[in-house]
Amino acid sequence: MIEHDQGATLMKGNEALAEAAIRAGLQGYFGYPITPQSEILEYLTAQPKGRAGVVLQAESELAAINMVFGASGAGARVMTSSSSPGISLMQEGLSYMASAQLPCLVVNVNRGGPGLGTIQPSQGDYFQATKGGGHGDYRLIVLAPSSVQEMADFVFEAFRLAEEYRNPAMILADGALGQMMEKVILPREGSLPYPPKPWATTGKPASRERNIITSLFIQPEKMEQVNLELQEKYRRLQKEVRFEAFQVEDAEILLVAFGLAARIAQKALELAREQGIRAGLLRPITLYPFPTAAIANLVPNVESLLVVEMNAGQMVEDVRLAVNGQRPVSFKGRMGGMIPTPEEVLESIVQIAERTHTEQVERS
Amino acid sequence: MQTTTIPPEMDLVYRRPDTLTQTPMHYCPGCGHGVTHKILMEVVDELGIQEQTVGVAPVGCSVFAYNYMNVDMQEAAHGRASAVATGIKRILPDRFVFSYQGDGDLAAIGTGETIHTVNRGENILVVFINNAIYGMTGGQMAPTTLLGMVTSTTPFGRESQVMGFPLKITDLVAQLPGAYYVTRQAVHSPTAVRKAKKAFRHALEYQKLNKGTCFIEIVSNCPAGWKMTPVEANEWMEKNMFPAYPLGDLKVPK
Amino acid sequence: MIRGTIVVANEICKGCELCITSCPQESLGLSDRINSIGYRYIVLVKDNCTGCVNCALVCPEAAITVYREKKSALKARESAFVASGGLSV
Ligand SMILES: Cc1ncc(C[n+]2csc(CCOP(=O)(O)OP(=O)(O)O)c2C)c(N)n1
Ligand code: SF4
Ligand code: SF4
Ligand code: SF4
Repeated sequence: MIEHDQGATLMKGNEALAEAAIRAGLQGYFGYPITPQSEILEYLTAQPKGRAGVVLQAESELAAINMVFGASGAGARVMTSSSSPGISLMQEGLSYMASAQLPCLVVNVNRGGPGLGTIQPSQGDYFQATKGGGHGDYRLIVLAPSSVQEMADFVFEAFRLAEEYRNPAMILADGALGQMMEKVILPREGSLPYPPKPWATTGKPASRERNIITSLFIQPEKMEQVNLELQEKYRRLQKEVRFEAFQVEDAEILLVAFGLAARIAQKALELAREQGIRAGLLRPITLYPFPTAAIANLVPNVESLLVVEMNAGQMVEDVRLAVNGQRPVSFKGRMGGMIPTPEEVLESIVQIAERTHTEQVERS
Repeated sequence: MQTTTIPPEMDLVYRRPDTLTQTPMHYCPGCGHGVTHKILMEVVDELGIQEQTVGVAPVGCSVFAYNYMNVDMQEAAHGRASAVATGIKRILPDRFVFSYQGDGDLAAIGTGETIHTVNRGENILVVFINNAIYGMTGGQMAPTTLLGMVTSTTPFGRESQVMGFPLKITDLVAQLPGAYYVTRQAVHSPTAVRKAKKAFRHALEYQKLNKGTCFIEIVSNCPAGWKMTPVEANEWMEKNMFPAYPLGDLKVPK
Repeated sequence: MIRGTIVVANEICKGCELCITSCPQESLGLSDRINSIGYRYIVLVKDNCTGCVNCALVCPEAAITVYREKKSALKARESAFVASGGLSV
C-alpha cells in the first residue's frame, strides 16, 4: 500500500503524474514533446538537478524508448511518456522490452486519431495498448486512471507491477485527464522500495557470469520457450486485475466504461437512476489484465449491457467475450476528440431500457 | 583446446584475451568483425576494465557480439544501439559504455540516433564497422556502398542518380562539437591492427575523462557479401575502399 | 635470428589465410586435413617462425597463440654460435 501526504493540492493531471513519478523514486526519464502531455517532460526538467533522476529530451520517440531500454537494462526505475503517434513509434522498442523482460512505465496521454490526429482526448488506442501494439506475442500491463488522483497513484502501481513482473506497464490516460485540474493527495516519497535486479547490466564482476539483455533467441525451440514463459507470466498477472463497481447489486443495465468515459457513464447512471432505470457501472482499472471474470459474474443478474468509450468500439469486444452471447451488449461512443455527454449516454440507456421492457412484455 | 607443449625456453607473447568468451565466432572466414571484437576486448583486458564495461550489440552480422565479448551486454533494436548506450551511460556514468554497429545500423536506419548521440557528446565509444554492404541480410546496398559497386539491390552497380552517394558519416560526426575523438582505422594488416588497437585504447582512456563521444570507424571487409576470398577482399578493400574512406584521424583532442 | 613458434586452435581456425599473407617468414600454410567445422586449418610449414605476432594480430578467430624464445635462451644460443666459430645454429 502506498502512503499519502496529509493535505490535498490542486494540480494538472500531467503534473500530478510527473510529481508522483519523482516520489516513486524515478531514476530516468527519456521523452519527446507532444501535446497533450508535454507538461510531464517540462515538469521533470524544471526540478532541481537530480531530484527526478536523469531527465533527457530525446531526438525522437524512437530514441526515447531505446534510451529507456538501455536505462532499464542498466537497472534503473525508468519511464517515458507520449501521446498516440509517439506511442506508435515506440512499439518496436516495447516489443523488444517485453521480450527482454525489461520493466518500465510508459504513459500514453491518448489523443484522437487515426492519422496525425487531434490533440483532443480519445480512447482510440485501447487496442494498441491492450493487445500488444507492436510485433510478436506480448502484452503490456495497462492501467486506466479516471481522475487526477489516479494519474498520481497509478504511477506507483505501474512501477510496482512492471518491476515485479519484469514487463513494461502503461498508463493509458487521455488529453482531458492530462490537462484537467483537480485536487490530489500526493503519494509519499520513498514508499516504493527498489527491488533487487541481479539481471541488470551494470558491469560484470568476476563473481558472476556476464549479464545479457536480449530479445533475440535464434533457435525456434528457444524462442518458443521464451514465448511460453511470457504467456505463463501473463497468466500470473491475471491476479492483479482491478476494477471498480458502482451500484451493480440491483442493476438491470450494466454500463462498462474506463477512464474519462467512466466518469461520464457514472453521471449518466445517476440520471438514469433518477428516472427509475436501475443502471450499474463496472469500471475496469486494469485494461490488461482485463476484468473478464468480474463482468461474467454480473451477467446473470443484468438484462443488458452498454459499453461507453471515446472510440469506435474497442473495449466492447472484450466485454462481448466476457458476456459470451448471454446478454445483448450495446455500444455508445464518440470519436476524433469528441467526448460523449452524460445526456447522450442517458439516451442510449433509456433506449435499451425500453427495448428490454418491450422484450420482457413480449416474452411474458 | 591446445595440447602442444611449449619448450621451456619460450615466453608466451600473445594469446586470446580472457575478455573474449570461449564461444567460436559465427562470422564468415576472414571477416573483419572478428578482428575488431578481438582488439576491442584486448584493450578492455589490458586496461583492466572488464568489470566496469557494458556493451551494446547492434542488429547486423554482429548481433551476437554479446556471445563473444565477455562483458555485460545489451542487444539493441536495429539502428538504436547508440540510444540504448545513452540510456546505460546516463544511468551508470562511471562505467565504460560502447556501442558496436554496422553501416546499415549506424548510417541508415540509425542515422538520427548516431548524429544526436554524438551531438550530445555522450561519453561513450561508438565502434562503426563500415563494410559497404548489408552482410546479415545477404549483401544488399548500404549507405556506404561505393559508386558502381554491385550488391544484391544494385545489381548493375550503385548509381548516384538513383541511390545517392556513399555516406561519409564519420566525416559528418567529426564536425559535431560533441565529438571528442574521431578516427578511421582498418584491421586488415598487422600494422593496421596495431594502430586500430591504439585508437581503442585512446577512446576508452578518454571516456574516463568525460570529454565527449569517441567514434572509431573500422573500414572493413565482407568477403561473403563481396563474393571474394578473404585475401581478395582485403586487397579490394585497400584498392577501392581506402581511397573513398581514407584512414587516419578526423578529430583528435587538442 | 630470434626464434618463435605458434600454436593454432585448429578447431576454430576457418582457413581464411589472412595469417598466411601477413607472415613475413612465409612460415604458414594450410593443412591437408579438415577440422570439424569443415575448414583446412593453419599449420607451420617451415621452422623459421620468429614469434613476430603478425599472424595472431590479423586472425579474426583469435585462434593463434604465439611464443618467443626467452632473452636468456637467445643469448645462450648466440654465444654458442660464436664459440663454435659460426658453424652451428
Ligand atoms: C527494423 C528492422 N529493419 C530491418 C531489419 C533487417 N536487417 C537486419 S540486419 C540489417 C542490415 C545490417 O547491415 P549492417 O548494419 O551494415 O551490418 P553487417 O551485417 O554488414 O555487419 C537489416 C536491414 C531488422 N532486423 N530490423
Ligand atoms: S556476411 Fe560479411 S559481414 Fe557478415 S559475417 Fe560474413 S563476411 Fe562478415
Ligand atoms: S587467420 Fe586465423 S582463422 Fe584465418 S587461417 Fe589463420 S589461424 Fe585460421
Ligand atoms: S609469429 Fe610471425 S613469423 Fe611466426 S608464424 Fe606468425 S607471422 Fe609468421
